[in-house]
Parts: sequence; structure tokens; C-alpha cells
Amino acid sequence: MKKLISALLIAAMMLSLCAVAFADEGTVLNIFVWNDEWKTRFTDYYTVPEGVTVNWIEEPNAENNYQNKLDAALQAQDSAPADKKVDIFLVEADYAVKYMDLAYDIADLGITAEDIADMYQYTLDIMTDAEGKIKGLSWQACPAGLIYRRDLALEVLGTDDPETVQEMLCDWESFEAVAEMMADAGIKMVSGYDDTYRTFTDNMSTSWVVDGKIQKDAAVEAWIAQTKKFTENGWNNGTKLWDPDWSADMAHDSKVFCYFGPAWFFDYSMGAGTAGDWAVCEGPVGFSWGGTWICAAKGTDNEALVADIIKTMTIDKDVLTTIVKEKSDFTNSVSVMEGFANDPAFGDAFLGGQNYVSVLLANAQNINRAKSTMYDQTCTEQIQNAMHDYFNGIVDLDTAWNNFYTVMLEKHPELSF
Amino acid sequence: MSKLTRKRKSVSYAKWGYIFLIPFFATFAVFTLIPLVKTFYYSFFEYYFEGGLKAVGPNFVGIQNFVDIFTRYDLLKFISNTAVMWLIGFVPQLVISMLLAVWFTDLTLKIKGQAFFKTVIYLPNMIMASAFAMLFFALFSDRGPVNSVLNSVGIDSVRFLSYTGTVRGLVGSMNFMMWFGNTTIILMAGVMGIDNSMFEAAQIDGANAWDTFWRITVPMIKPILSYMLITSMIGGLQMFDVPQILTNGVGNPNRESMTLIMLLNNYISKSKNYGMGGALSVILFVITAVISMFMFNYLNKDSRQMQKQRQLASMKGGNK
Repeated sequence: MKKLISALLIAAMMLSLCAVAFADEGTVLNIFVWNDEWKTRFTDYYTVPEGVTVNWIEEPNAENNYQNKLDAALQAQDSAPADKKVDIFLVEADYAVKYMDLAYDIADLGITAEDIADMYQYTLDIMTDAEGKIKGLSWQACPAGLIYRRDLALEVLGTDDPETVQEMLCDWESFEAVAEMMADAGIKMVSGYDDTYRTFTDNMSTSWVVDGKIQKDAAVEAWIAQTKKFTENGWNNGTKLWDPDWSADMAHDSKVFCYFGPAWFFDYSMGAGTAGDWAVCEGPVGFSWGGTWICAAKGTDNEALVADIIKTMTIDKDVLTTIVKEKSDFTNSVSVMEGFANDPAFGDAFLGGQNYVSVLLANAQNINRAKSTMYDQTCTEQIQNAMHDYFNGIVDLDTAWNNFYTVMLEKHPELSF
Repeated sequence: MSKLTRKRKSVSYAKWGYIFLIPFFATFAVFTLIPLVKTFYYSFFEYYFEGGLKAVGPNFVGIQNFVDIFTRYDLLKFISNTAVMWLIGFVPQLVISMLLAVWFTDLTLKIKGQAFFKTVIYLPNMIMASAFAMLFFALFSDRGPVNSVLNSVGIDSVRFLSYTGTVRGLVGSMNFMMWFGNTTIILMAGVMGIDNSMFEAAQIDGANAWDTFWRITVPMIKPILSYMLITSMIGGLQMFDVPQILTNGVGNPNRESMTLIMLLNNYISKSKNYGMGGALSVILFVITAVISMFMFNYLNKDSRQMQKQRQLASMKGGNK
């Protein structure tokens, strides 16, 4: 009996030694995500210390579901038992501002200015609150380009070389000229109404909302005018962003020339496309789209572990390098990405072996997201919904704008227009 | 002795009745009554969360929410949307269900395999409304199976989900398909409750099927018809999941397939706007109450009249 007890004691002591680094912390790590993009990166590249279970709370984005679930959890953060507290949550650029007050300052997690010196400045700007504190970090930067079909480019433009194609698509005028050529060959330039949306709105001159008033930016109006023209000329296929028909247009046998997006777009959202079919160029205008930031939730019972995770997943250059190699992402380290851009051996199979980093690199430094508001997501969703009717010829432009304003007021009563 | 009897007389078991009712009233109070009262209460307040997190209010604003809902938010449009989509589903539902109920119960027709048909027509009701809407969304999408079939017989694709008429039609037909089986079974119960001798008498008097239907079946199942009308109307007012899923929560085109509860969802889903949500719910409550009261009175009027006639008849000494 005594032997048994002593054996048990020794075993217990050994176990506690193993877990010594995060010994005084909780054993359950609750992480809020809306899809498995970061989840797979985390499971592939981070070793969770023994004795800690990771509880993924994956709530889909649609209908504001993710934010609602996250809001409820964060509001109950103080009263929740240790194992139920949110430890890490992810946010997107379109509403990051909303969660500034609920995330730890990264300086409090022991992350220094030196640690983040190599990151793209805009990824820090977006998460900097009014007092200049940084509330979250990202492993990716999202400079975006025009992703086009090589075979269709060869057929109509006579070349699929990204540099030559870029010359033919260097501004909106030439973009329209190519659209006309494509139409003559029975090819749609873009799949639907919302494809060029981000190229315009990422270059807006004002914020969507200023002092509680919804703005009508010239860039948005330019998107509307262009899309109306494309629709009337039959240069698009009339699909909506993320709809099954829109994805189906990526298929090998479809006749749609191009899509717009950053690295996460072709590495994560173009599953319907065939590897080797595509290439990327800068397109008519530089822009960025999206991005995911990792925030440490205030009130977490795993502070040291969370800090370590954020450091490893967003700062550790080895991890960032591996993510580029294995997941074709564009990671948030200027030096790592410059290294890839100058590496002739690097290429992505989906893009037919093209080195996409060298195409997107210059653009990454120019991204400016100072105009973000917490209303951007609703504005984006609702302006697209409202304008689809206008593009379809159901309503006139004024009615479409009114429908947009009305639904904005329903969702955000504090706004006016 | 007399004392004992009196004591025994005063023994009451009523308190057990009340005790056994406590669980119901407790649940009712917690889950229905208190929320109901709070809804009324908050409808007079400005109370929402900016972006879903930062509370604004509650500030008392009187009837401002009710004024806003008609001026700023155009409630009448959504009332008419809801009514139109309900009618598109209800009218065919009534006609088809009535027809099926009469056929199934008609002894002279002797329809075979009734159990099978009853099961089949009831089946759509077993599918979750949202799943049903998803199915229709896929079937009727711009390049969905329905359009492929149309194309293969030489008809151009129809963009079903881009036009008001087709979207409303789809919503209506889904509601029709989901509910006509249920209605048929209720109406059958009504028709089977009619004394068969009535039909026989009518037959002997030489009435044809049309007359029998309008003079005997319809008047006799009037209470069931009214019940069906009220429940369907209230269900129609609460129409949500089918148009919500079919239009991705947008209620397009031109917000003309947006129902009242979808508007409520817009108030609640992003900003948790309990003030406006409360006001809308109160309006819905009033509409439902008025409809129900109207129908209830109408029904009772009939039975009251019948009672009066009977009383009159017995006073005259007839009917002995």
C-alpha cells in the first residue's frame, strides 16, 4: 500500500513538473473563431502544453452570428467560471474597432516594440486604440491583386505572362477595354456585382461613418456606376459574392476571366478553382481586403499561455516562413516576405508556380486602414444588397440608396444620413 | 353529529387543484408573462447597444418609438409584404385542402390508399422550414436545377430570386406546401363530424355535389374554418424563417419580401434594440389580439343567435 501511494506521489510530482511553465493558469483555453483558417494554422504550428485542452468555439459569420456569440461571452466574462472565460478571440478588419476595449494591450502581454518592428504598419494601425495602445496582432498582411485565368488570357490577350497582362489591365479604362474583348470571345470579365467592390472601397477618401452620419463616398459611387455598366453590357455573370453560383464560376470549364483578392482569397476561398489555372497581377488599382487579428481577451485565466501563442503565431519568423511555404499565405513580416519575393525558387502551385509575393509586395507597404469604423461590415453587406436591386433593374438608384439607409438605421439606430 | 357533518362539508380539495397548477403558472410567469410585461415596458424606452456592446439608455421616450416605426421605418410596407405573402400561400391552401378533405371523406367516392396520401401530403410539414427554404434557394438559384430543366426544354433561365413576384411566389408556395396537409387533416376532422344523415337527406332531396358542399359542408364546418383562418393568420404574421433563408435575411428585391419578424430581427440582431423591438412586438400583439377578438366574436355571434332562436322556439311552445 505504501509503495502504491509513494508511486502515485512520484507520478503526480512528475506531472506537475511537466506543466510548470503555465502551472498557475487554467487548463481550458477557449478560442473564438468564425472559420478554421487560423485553427488549422494553430494546430499545425503550435504545440499546446500538456494538460491544457483547447476548446474551439467556431461560430459562423453569417447574420452577425459570430459577433453576437462573442459579445454575449465577453459580457459574461467577469462572472464566468475560469474554464469558461474567453481567452483568445479573432476579429476582422471590418469591425475590429468594436472590440478595442475588451482586448489586452499587447505591451501588457510582454510584447515589445522591437518584437513588432518587422510587421506591416497598417496591421498595427488598425488595432491601435485612441490612446495609442495596440490591442491585437495578425499573422497575415492582405495586399490584394487581380487573379485571372491563364488559359482565357492566352486565348484573348495572347499571353498569360503576369507582367504583360498587368500592362493591359493597368487602369480602369484598359480594364474595360479588355472586358469588351473578353465579351467578344464569349467570356465574362468578372463573375458578379461585388467583385470589384473592395478595389474601390479600400481607396475611399472618407470613412463610411463620420460623427454618426453615413457618408456617400465618390469611390462607392464609382463602383456602382462601373458595375451598372458591366451589367448592362453583359460583362459579368450577375452573381453575388460568396453565393454558390459565384464560386461555381471559378471552375475550370467556366468562362469567367478574373477575381480580386489577397493571398487568403486564393489560398482559402478559391477551393472551386483548379490549381494551375490561375495567375495574379496587381490589377488596375492597389488595394487590400480583410485580414484576421488575434486578440487576448481581458479577464483570461491563461495570460502567459495566450501571450506565448500570440508571439509564436504572429512574430516567430520560422512559423511565419512555414505558413507561407505550406499555406501560401502572405505573412505579416516585412523581412520574411522580402526574402520570398526575391527567391526565384518560390512559387505557388495554385498560381501555376508563380511567385505571388513579388507581385503583392509593393502594395503591402501602401495599405492604409486609418479610415476603418466599426460599421464597415454592415455598410459593406448592406450597400451590396441594396445595389443588387439597382443592378438587376428592379429599382432606380435613389430607391436603392434609400433602402440602404433604411436598413442601416434599423441595424444601427444611432446613425443618421 | 351535526357538527361533524358541517366539518366534513367544509373539507375542500380545491387547494390541491391550485397546488397542482403552480408549476404551470410559475413557468408561464417566468417565460411568458414577465417577458411580455417587459416588452411593453421597454417599448417606451430608447434602449439599445451601440454596435452590440455599448449600452445606450434605457431612457424614457414616451411613444416616440411608435411614431418612429411608422415614419422613420415605414412599417406599413412590411405589414403589406407580410399580408401579401400570407395570402399567396393561404388561398391555394384553403382551396386545395377543402377539395382534398371533401374527397377523402366522401363515402361515395371510396378513394383507395387514403392513409398513404394523407401521409404524403403531411410530409412537407415534417421538414424544418429553414431546410425547406435552403432547398428552394438551391433549386431556384440562377443556375440551379430548375433553370437547367427550363433550359433543356428551350426556355431561357428565369432569375427567380431577383424579382419581387417570383420571390413572393416562392415564399407563398413553400408555405402552401408545408401547411396544406395539416389543414386537410383538420378540415377532414370537421367534415367527418357532420352527421351522415344530412348528406343522405340532401341526396334524397336531389341536391347535387355543389349544393351539398355549399349548403351543408361549409356551414357545418364554419367553426373549424374560422379556427383555421385565425391560426393561419397568426402564423402568417409571424412568418420569418422561409423568407429569411430564401433571401439571405435581406428581404430583397427592394425589401418587398421582408416580413414584420424579419424587421424585428434587424432591430435585435445587430444592436439589440429592445426599444424598437418592443414597440414592434407591441404592435404585433395588438394586431393579433384584434384579429382574434374579431373572429371570436363573429363565431360566438352565430352560436348566440342559434341559442336565442332555440329559446324563442321553446317559449312559443314548439319543438316538444
